[in-house]
Amino acid sequence: MIYFLCMVLFAIGLYGVLRKRNIIKIILGLVIMEYAVHLLFILVGYKMGGRSPILDANQEVVNMVDPLPQALVLTAIVISLAVTALVVAIAIRIYDRYKTFDITKIRRLQG
Amino acid sequence: MSILPLFVAIPLGGAFLTALLGRRFKIVAHVLPNIATASLTVLSIVSLFIVKENGLVIYKMGGWMPPIGISLILDGFSSFMLVTVNLIAFFVCLYSVNYMEQYTAKWKFFTLFLLMVTGMNGVVITGDLFNLYVFLEIAAIASYALVAFGIQHEELEASFKYAIMGSVASTFILLGIIFLYSYTSTLNMADMSRALLLKGPNNIVNYVLPLFFLGFGLKAALVPFHAWLPDAHPSAPAPISAMLSGVLIKALGVYALCRILYNVIGMDPKISAILLFLGALSMVVGVFLAIGQWDLKRLLAYHSISQIGYVILGIGLGTPLGVLGGLFHLFNHSIFKSLLFLNAGAVEHATGTRDLKKMGGLMGKMPVTGVTSLFASLSISGLPPFNGFWSKLIIIIAAVQAGRIGYASWAVLASILTLASFAKVMKYGFYGNLKDNLAGVKDAPVFMKISMVSLAFICLIGGVLIIPAVREGFLSLGSDALLQGTRYFSIILQKTAGGM
Repeated sequence: MIYFLCMVLFAIGLYGVLRKRNIIKIILGLVIMEYAVHLLFILVGYKMGGRSPILDANQEVVNMVDPLPQALVLTAIVISLAVTALVVAIAIRIYDRYKTFDITKIRRLQG
Repeated sequence: MSILPLFVAIPLGGAFLTALLGRRFKIVAHVLPNIATASLTVLSIVSLFIVKENGLVIYKMGGWMPPIGISLILDGFSSFMLVTVNLIAFFVCLYSVNYMEQYTAKWKFFTLFLLMVTGMNGVVITGDLFNLYVFLEIAAIASYALVAFGIQHEELEASFKYAIMGSVASTFILLGIIFLYSYTSTLNMADMSRALLLKGPNNIVNYVLPLFFLGFGLKAALVPFHAWLPDAHPSAPAPISAMLSGVLIKALGVYALCRILYNVIGMDPKISAILLFLGALSMVVGVFLAIGQWDLKRLLAYHSISQIGYVILGIGLGTPLGVLGGLFHLFNHSIFKSLLFLNAGAVEHATGTRDLKKMGGLMGKMPVTGVTSLFASLSISGLPPFNGFWSKLIIIIAAVQAGRIGYASWAVLASILTLASFAKVMKYGFYGNLKDNLAGVKDAPVFMKISMVSLAFICLIGGVLIIPAVREGFLSLGSDALLQGTRYFSIILQKTAGGM
């Protein structure tokens, strides 16, 4: 069920990227897509009733969640932050030049 | 002491130092990137000999044994790509010294440039799927910023389009990696390939394949996903166009796609059919779109799509000769397409226009640019004795041998149309009558000349790479590494066990 919701979130983001005309909304769509993927990654490593994967000397760890996706998602979040920051910076510059956020009006390049 | 980490460390350190010192000392911003790329070129050629000697080199980062830690792997295919990437990076860097005079903040340019080289080298030598994604993003983010470097209307628009499409592609790639991880519980490519083989065929691979085709296909600008390329490549400064068209789409798109399809998932007739179809489609559509263009750099960008089609067609055939031809064409294309973009940059530098209708008779005024451009045009159109002829010939022969006569004839047709469109470039750009307003143009400055002449020289002698003795040391290394297919993992695991 929750995997399905993840896919719905991904689809919403993709819809935003493909259909919206406002640059800011496109960026938001991109961010939502990335969130959906990060969430899915965490879910992949999750176990029902699992505990956090911290190893202690005097206890035996049973039924822990997979720690690797959590580490990887941190990296992925940083990457998506960088992309978002760059794209927002470009959007600000575009607004300076064109005085609009509407992509149908930003059309200097042909073909 | 392994040389493997240096391929990432040198450009990364170079980028850091350029950012740190380049603002204060102008000379550092010029000299440092050139030293970095020159040493990388030498190292990558050394790596060819190492691979020839030892077969396959593994570097375990932080001393962790694979499949737990991240490992860097140097095999024939990686080594081949390293030579291609770093050779072009060196010439482009040399060229930028003069060309970037017209921009401010050159140290920013060189910092981003070195970061892009870091990303590409990283993609090529990594043995870990998630690490590949990270390096891919480093190179991609640097390239988004570089496309927007001019911050004029067109540059910003192209960069935004490129950044959005590129990020969506990266998201799809990450999604594919997640699915593979959830099925195999490993990220190491060799280990993943073993797990896939042990668990037998599964639907998950069928889900993952479209994701990878979409993601890497977009990075490589194969035809249904090519929309960003004709905007992004012409808008970037000329050296960056040369990098993007010359090596970025190959390292990020073609290399990663081939590595995963051949060495992780394993090649089968179904994948081969998809690759052949995409390749042929890109080849023909790209050249048809190119022929009507009047903007010189946009025309070249469409030709990149078409030439990538050849590479994918050759590799998609799956026969030893086809893969060899595909890789040879990949190398050749990176040489002559960078040269053409550098020429276009030199013309723009001198005349201030990219419109072919406004040029004419430049051969007399800019002999070096004109002659090198003629070499590159003949090469991309596949005329003997230039290197483009040999690689196209091999691809077409391989297609005929594999019984794909239809695809072979499409390749011939695309080659003829390429010739037609470059005849147009030469006629309108360099021959004909000199326009009045161009009477005062001068040829390119000295560093730009050096790098263009060197690349043209490689175009001319590139054909020798196909002579068996030379081929053994360069091209065959690459194609053999690909063709060993999923046996890749057993070799790597054996090496790991041996090195313990």
